[in-house]
Amino acid sequence: MTDLTRATAASLLSLMQTKQVSAEEIARGYLERAEKLNPGLNVFVHLDAERVLDQARVVDKKRQSGGPLGALAGVPVAIKDVLCVQGEPTTCGSRMLRGFKPPYDATVITRLRQADAVLIGKTNMDEFAMGSSTENSAYGPTRNPWDPERIPGGSSGGSAAAVAADLAPLSLGSDTGGSIRQPAAVCGIVGLKPTYGRVSRYGLIAFASSLDQIGPFSHDLADAALLMEAISGRDPMDATSVDTPVPAYSTTLDTPPKSLRIGLVREFFGEGLDPEVAASVREAVRVYEAAGATVKDVSLPHSRYGAPAYYVVAPAECSSNLARYDGTIFGHRAEDFSAKSPEEEGLPPLVRMMMASRSEGFGAEVKRRIMLGTFALSAGYADQYYTQALKVRRLIRNDFDAAFQEVDVLIGPTTPTAAFKLGEKSADPLAMYLSDIYTITTNLAGIPGLSIPCGLTSTGLPVGLQLMAPAFAEENLLQTARVFERATDWHTRRPPLA
Amino acid sequence: MEYTIVIGLEVHVQLLTESKMFSACGTEFGLPPNVQTDPVSLGMPGTLPVMNRKAFELALKTAVALGAEIAPFTKWDRKNYYYPDLPKNYQISQYDLPFSRGGSLSIPARKDGGGGGQVTLTRVHLEEDTGKLTHGSGGFSEVDLNRAGIPLLEIVTEPEIRSVADAKGCLEELRLTLRSLGVSDCEMQEGSLRCDANVNLHIPHEGKMIATPIVEIKNLNSFRAVERALQYEAERQYEAWKKDGLTIHDAFKETRGWSDPEGITKPQRQKETAADYRYFPEPDLVPVVVDQEWIDRVRSSIGELPTQRRARFESDHGLSPYDANVLVEQGEEVADYYDAVAKATGEYKLASNWIQQDVLRVAKERKISLAEFPVRPDALADLINRVKSKQLNTNQGREVLGKMIESGESIDAIVTAGGYGMVSDRGAILEAIEAALAANPKAVEDLSNGKKRPDAVKGFLRGQVMKSTGGKADPALVGELLDARIAEISG
Amino acid sequence: MDLSRDDVAKVAILARLRMEPSDLDLFTGQLNQIVGFVAQLQELDTTNVEPLAHGVEVRNVFREDVRGESLPREAALANAPRRNAESFLVPVVLE
Ligand SMILES: [Mg+2]
Ligand SMILES: [Zn+2]
Repeated sequence: MTDLTRATAASLLSLMQTKQVSAEEIARGYLERAEKLNPGLNVFVHLDAERVLDQARVVDKKRQSGGPLGALAGVPVAIKDVLCVQGEPTTCGSRMLRGFKPPYDATVITRLRQADAVLIGKTNMDEFAMGSSTENSAYGPTRNPWDPERIPGGSSGGSAAAVAADLAPLSLGSDTGGSIRQPAAVCGIVGLKPTYGRVSRYGLIAFASSLDQIGPFSHDLADAALLMEAISGRDPMDATSVDTPVPAYSTTLDTPPKSLRIGLVREFFGEGLDPEVAASVREAVRVYEAAGATVKDVSLPHSRYGAPAYYVVAPAECSSNLARYDGTIFGHRAEDFSAKSPEEEGLPPLVRMMMASRSEGFGAEVKRRIMLGTFALSAGYADQYYTQALKVRRLIRNDFDAAFQEVDVLIGPTTPTAAFKLGEKSADPLAMYLSDIYTITTNLAGIPGLSIPCGLTSTGLPVGLQLMAPAFAEENLLQTARVFERATDWHTRRPPLA
Repeated sequence: MEYTIVIGLEVHVQLLTESKMFSACGTEFGLPPNVQTDPVSLGMPGTLPVMNRKAFELALKTAVALGAEIAPFTKWDRKNYYYPDLPKNYQISQYDLPFSRGGSLSIPARKDGGGGGQVTLTRVHLEEDTGKLTHGSGGFSEVDLNRAGIPLLEIVTEPEIRSVADAKGCLEELRLTLRSLGVSDCEMQEGSLRCDANVNLHIPHEGKMIATPIVEIKNLNSFRAVERALQYEAERQYEAWKKDGLTIHDAFKETRGWSDPEGITKPQRQKETAADYRYFPEPDLVPVVVDQEWIDRVRSSIGELPTQRRARFESDHGLSPYDANVLVEQGEEVADYYDAVAKATGEYKLASNWIQQDVLRVAKERKISLAEFPVRPDALADLINRVKSKQLNTNQGREVLGKMIESGESIDAIVTAGGYGMVSDRGAILEAIEAALAANPKAVEDLSNGKKRPDAVKGFLRGQVMKSTGGKADPALVGELLDARIAEISG
Repeated sequence: MDLSRDDVAKVAILARLRMEPSDLDLFTGQLNQIVGFVAQLQELDTTNVEPLAHGVEVRNVFREDVRGESLPREAALANAPRRNAESFLVPVVLE
C-alpha cells in the first residue's frame, strides 16, 4: 500500500490508472488513518466507512469494465459539514441541525459524484461557519495537526486539518471572510476562495449569502486546480452563479503567466502582524523577484474598514439566513418552552417555542452575530450601520479595481499570526474577528483569494502567503502561485504526526 | 350624510404559472397537504431562489395594462418576520424599488348612476405566497406548504374610494381585467384573489373635518364579505367615534378580522412586538433591468381591455354606459357574443336588447354559460337580420327565438313549421282593409260623419286587419294604407 | 451609541432568542464592544457612493416556467420536529 502521507490526488490518480492500487485500497488506507488520528484531531463529525467503501468499489468496477471515468475517479474528498449531502447528516457543527438529513445534494456534491470522486466524511467546522478557530462547534474543537494544542483555523478547520493530516488528499470548505484561506495558512496547505459566482452555492448552508463561496483544500496547486475544475461553472439553481467559461485550470497550471506584475499590499504589513510571518512573506517576494516578477508596493486605502464593514454585512445577512431555524419545519425544537419570567408570560406559546428552540440550538457566537445583524438592520439603525457598510464595501471594491490597473496579482500574509492556542481568543470575540483582517476584503469585493504555504515559524508552525486576483482570474492566480511553488518545497512539508 | 367612508384596497392575486416563483414544483389548488413542495419552497437549508420568468412577465403585463409606470431597474428584498406559514421566516418581496408604480383602475357605471371615475394605484409588486395554517386539535396548528412560493402580485390602491359600492366595483373591475389578461383566475373562494381593506371615516364636525383611526380589515373571502364588512365597519367606526371621540391622531392603525358568520369585524390580537421587518436586498436574487423594447413587447401582447371595450360599445355602437357595462362586466364570453351579433347585423341597440332581454335572461334562469347557450351568435344575427328585412316582425322574432332556445332547431325549420313570415304585399293588405271596412259599416259611418276621431277608428281597424292576417301583416304598411283609405272616407 | 440592556432585550425578542438575565448582561457588554468597533464606518464620507449589496453585479437571471417533481410528502416531513400523517405541527397559533 502506498504511503498516504506523501500522496496527492494527482499521484493517486496515476496509481489507479496504472492499476497499482484500487480506489477501495485507497479508501481503506484513509479510513485506517482516520481510525488512528480522528479521536485526537476531531476532524470528521460524520464518517460512514461502509458508504465510503461502497463508493470506492463502484469506481473500481467502472474502471474494470473500462467505462468512462470522471476526472477524480476514486479520489477521496472530505466535505465540510456545511454542504448538503442527500440522506446523510448535514449539521453545520450545530446542535440546531443534529440529525438533519437534507432531501437533496448540493450542486458541488452532484459534480463530485459526476467526477467519480469518493465522498469521505463530513468535517468539523465553526457552527454555521461563524468563527476562525473551529472551537465554536457542537462537536468540540478540531486540533491543528502541526500542534494539537493549537487551532486549525476556521471556520473550515476540519477540512483543512483533514488534508494537512492526510486523512484525505482533497477537501471542500466554504469561505465567507477567510474560512478557507486562514485554515489553509495555519495548517500549511493550499486553500482557494474562488470569485463570487464561480462555484454554485446551491446546497451550501448559508451564513452570509453575498459573501459565501465554496472552494478547495489540497497539498499543492495541481490538486487545487483539479478540484476547482470539477466544481466550477454556472448552475441554473444559483442565480448568482456566473456563466463565464471555466478554464482548464489543471492543464494550464504550468504555463508561465503572460505578465508577472505583483503588488505588495502596504496595509497588510501594519501593527499586529507577527514578525516571523512578515519575514516569510518578504522572503516570498524575493522568490518572485528571482523568478523575474516586478514587485511594487500597492495601497488599498480602505482596508482597515474591511472588518467593520464585514461585521455589519455578514451578521445582517446571517440574522435573516438563520431565521428559518425556529423548530417548525426542521431543526431542533425545545421540549420545554413554558414561560420562565413575567415578560415571557405575555408571549404566545408559539413565540416561546421558537425562542427556546433557538436559544438551545445555537451556540454563543451564532447568537452574538444574529443579535448584531438584527440590530444593524433594525428600524432607526439600518442606514447608519447596514447601508453605510454596503457603501464602504463599494469603496473597498474600488480599491481593488484601482490596484488591478497596475498589477496582475496582489500578495500579502493570509493571517497576522500562525495558529494560536485553543481557547486563546474564545473569551474575546473582537480579538477573534481580527484574525480575518487580511482575508475579509476579498469576500467584500467578490474577488478570488488563494493561500499557499510559504514557511514555518521557529516553533514549526505553518505560514501562509495570500494571493489575490481580479474577478474570474483564477487561472492566472493559480499560474502565478505556481511560480512560487515550483521554486520552493513548503507544499511538501507534513506535520510531525505520531 | 353624517360621514364619508374612505377606503384603500390591498389586493393579492396568485399568478397563473405552471411552477412556483422560485422553484419547479406545481401551483395547484386543493391538493392534500404538503404534496406540492420541493427543497426550495420548504426553505430547506442551502436552497436558493431563482426567479420564474413567466411570473415576472405576467406581473409586467398586468402593470402595463393598468397603466402603471414600469421601473427600469427593480430588485427583490427580504421582509423578515417569524411565522409558521413562512418557512424561511422571511418573505421575498419588493420594498423600495418595486417593478411598477402608479396606474389606475376604472370603476364601472352603475344603474343607480353611481360608479364611474377611477382609482389611482399606489404600486404593484411581485412577492411569494405563504403556506396555510389550520388550527388543529390538541393545542397544535397544522402547517401545509403546498401554497408556499406561488407567485403573488400585490396591488395597492390609494385611499381614494369613497363608497362601499365603489370598492366592490373597483375590485370587480380588477378581477375582470386580470381575467381578460389571463394573468390570474381570481377565485376569491380559492384564495387566488385576496383582499384587505384600509378604512376610516371623514366626519364633518364643528366646521372641521375629523378623520377616525384607520382600521385594516382582513380575511375578506368573498365580494359579499367585502361589501358587508365595509358597511359594518363604517357604522362601527361612527358609533365608536360618537362614544370615544378618538381620531386618527389618537390611535395607531388597528387590524380587525371579518367574521362572516357573525357579520362583524373583531380586533386581531396585536403582535407581541411592534413589526420591524428589517427589509434588506435579497442577496440570492439579482436585480432585473427592463428596457423600453421589453415593455413594448409586453404591451403588444395585451388585447382589448374591458375598459376599452366599454368605451368602444359606447362611442362606436352608441350604447348607454349602463348597457355597455352589462355586456362587458360579465366577462369576455358575453362581450364576444355581443360583438359577433353586432358585427353580423350592424344593429347594435337591437343586438344589445335581445342579448340582455332574452339571451342573458334565459342563460341566467338556466344557470348556463353562453358557451353552452343553444343559440349561437350567427343564428341570433340571422334572426335579427330577418326582422330588419321585414321577413319577420319583432314579436314574431321574439317567438322564433324562444322556440330556437327551447328546441334548438334552425330558424328556417321554426319559421316554416310555425308559418311565420310577414305579409308585405300591398294588394293582400288592401284586400284585408276593404274586408275590414265591409265588415264594420258602423265604423265607416262614424268616420264619414266625423262622429269619431280618425286615429281612434284607425286603431280599431288595424286590429281587425292584423287579426284577419294572423298577425303577419307588416304593421308599418298596414298603417300607411289605412291612413290613405281613412283620409278618402273622412274626405 | 450605547446599547442598553433593554435595547438588547428588545433585539433578542426580534431575533427570537430566549435570554437568561446573565446572557443579557454578557451580550450587552459584547454587543457594545462590537458596535463600537463597527462604528468606525461613520468616519467615512460616503455621499454619492452606491451601496454594494450583491457579491456579483449581474442582471436578469431567470428560470423558465417548467414544472418539476414535488418531493414525496414523507421526504418533505422527514425532518419535522413534530408532525402528523400529513402536516407539520406547531403550538397553536391564536388569531
Ligand atoms: Mg416560519
Ligand atoms: Zn403582500
